[in-house]
Amino acid sequence: MTTDDPPQSAADIASAVASGRTSAQTTIAAALARIRERDPVLNSFTAVTEERALKRAQALDAARARGAPLGPLAGVPFAVKNLFDVAGLPTLAGSKINRSYPPARRDATLIERLEDAGAVLVGALNMGEYAYDFTGENVHDGPSRNPHDINRMSGGSSGGSGSAVGGALVPIALGSDTNGSIRVPASLCGTFGLKPTYGRLSRARTFPFVASLDHLGPLARTARDLALAYDAMQGFDADDPVCADRPAEPVTPLLQRGADGLRVAVAGGYFKCKSGDVCYAVDRIASALGANRDIELPEAERARSAAFVITATEGASLHLDRLRARAKDYDPAVRDRLLAGALAPASLVVKAQKFRRWYRQQVLDLFKEVDAILAPATPCTAPLVGQQTFMHGDVEMPVRANLGLYTQPISFIGLPVVAVPVPMNPLPIGVQIIAAPWREDVALRLADMLESKGVVGAPLPAV
Amino acid sequence: MDVLVEAGTKALGLPLDPTWTAAVIFNLRLILQHGARVDEFALPDDAEPAPIYRA
Repeated sequence: MTTDDPPQSAADIASAVASGRTSAQTTIAAALARIRERDPVLNSFTAVTEERALKRAQALDAARARGAPLGPLAGVPFAVKNLFDVAGLPTLAGSKINRSYPPARRDATLIERLEDAGAVLVGALNMGEYAYDFTGENVHDGPSRNPHDINRMSGGSSGGSGSAVGGALVPIALGSDTNGSIRVPASLCGTFGLKPTYGRLSRARTFPFVASLDHLGPLARTARDLALAYDAMQGFDADDPVCADRPAEPVTPLLQRGADGLRVAVAGGYFKCKSGDVCYAVDRIASALGANRDIELPEAERARSAAFVITATEGASLHLDRLRARAKDYDPAVRDRLLAGALAPASLVVKAQKFRRWYRQQVLDLFKEVDAILAPATPCTAPLVGQQTFMHGDVEMPVRANLGLYTQPISFIGLPVVAVPVPMNPLPIGVQIIAAPWREDVALRLADMLESKGVVGAPLPAV
Repeated sequence: MDVLVEAGTKALGLPLDPTWTAAVIFNLRLILQHGARVDEFALPDDAEPAPIYRA
């Protein structure tokens, strides 16, 4: 494969490597060449682990030569948001401050699990500072760029993950999602993104943001690749106290079931689209799924407010010592929000957590009537880099705080969501397929079916 | 709000450069607006917060 060939899916790469049609070393060398050629424009990588990747690819080829099993992701290059521990690298979390920390001694659990499945880590990815971001802009490393228009945002905070996958540098990347940080860049960069159920995937050895709300998950160019990566990462991990003690529930074998028997509704009220692009995308998917019923998530706007309060205060608590010692080394936009969060009354935080339980029960009741709910992923397509506001209906809103206004009320109660890309001209936009807790299979089946019908898909990058 | 921010940061031992004050106040107001929306929602006295700690 050359740098000009169309992007290959992870499933195709693994099949080719396992069968011997190509080698892991050839595949990884091609991925590294793509990164060298295109990333100076996209700025999605902050570190490329070339030596490690080539060594790993060599080991995979040697394993194949002696007849050893390679795993379902054999030879698949992947990269991770730079808040994942990568042995030998400092875990930046998008910051200047963490650059002075010692290198990680062990990979994050999810990296270990993907590599156990045969995948090959090729680097760490740009992100918004300390994940407090929806834009993909970073004052220390520069913005990661949108692969469909480099003058536009990638979305954040997993901006490098969206840019690298949307730009076809790698077929799979990992990100984190506290309030929408996988789904927002997936939407703006035209990729699939999975935010699993809260507690499904281990967060061990990653830099946190808001422990009550932090999730990790994959971005990919196909729904099947998303499922393959997700399946490889499932399972209990005692190193993350939030990780649920439940067996892995593989989804990939279930994809062929499609939408059969699934009841789908469209979120109304707070989630009602307010712009032409967003309405078109939701309508297109609703029509393909025969979803002709609206359903209202009660008090969704209040849920977003509660998530906002918990985020500001828990995030501030995490950073108190760093703020005392190195406040001037933060991105000012992050620092000022963290300082404000440190001053918010604890009584409001406890009330937000009480409201969270109430809201969860109301939404769970909805899943007695439906299996999945559709909602926009972002209120607009990718804004320009540096753009400060956008129009939401008739209201002008700040970009940084509001790109996640549709994602926050969902992650607030930990529901699994697949963001699917609707390829529009000139820019794609995503739609959330939301399922009941622990039913990632429902959202992934629908995403795969929509992709097979050509309703959704990752567009080829312009870069 | 100026007094609250100045006293609050002092009590917590947090730095506050005078050039940051306006932005911190802006963000605190925003958090309090969201907090007020949560606070005005009536919950029963026995409502449990979402996180559960088990000894």
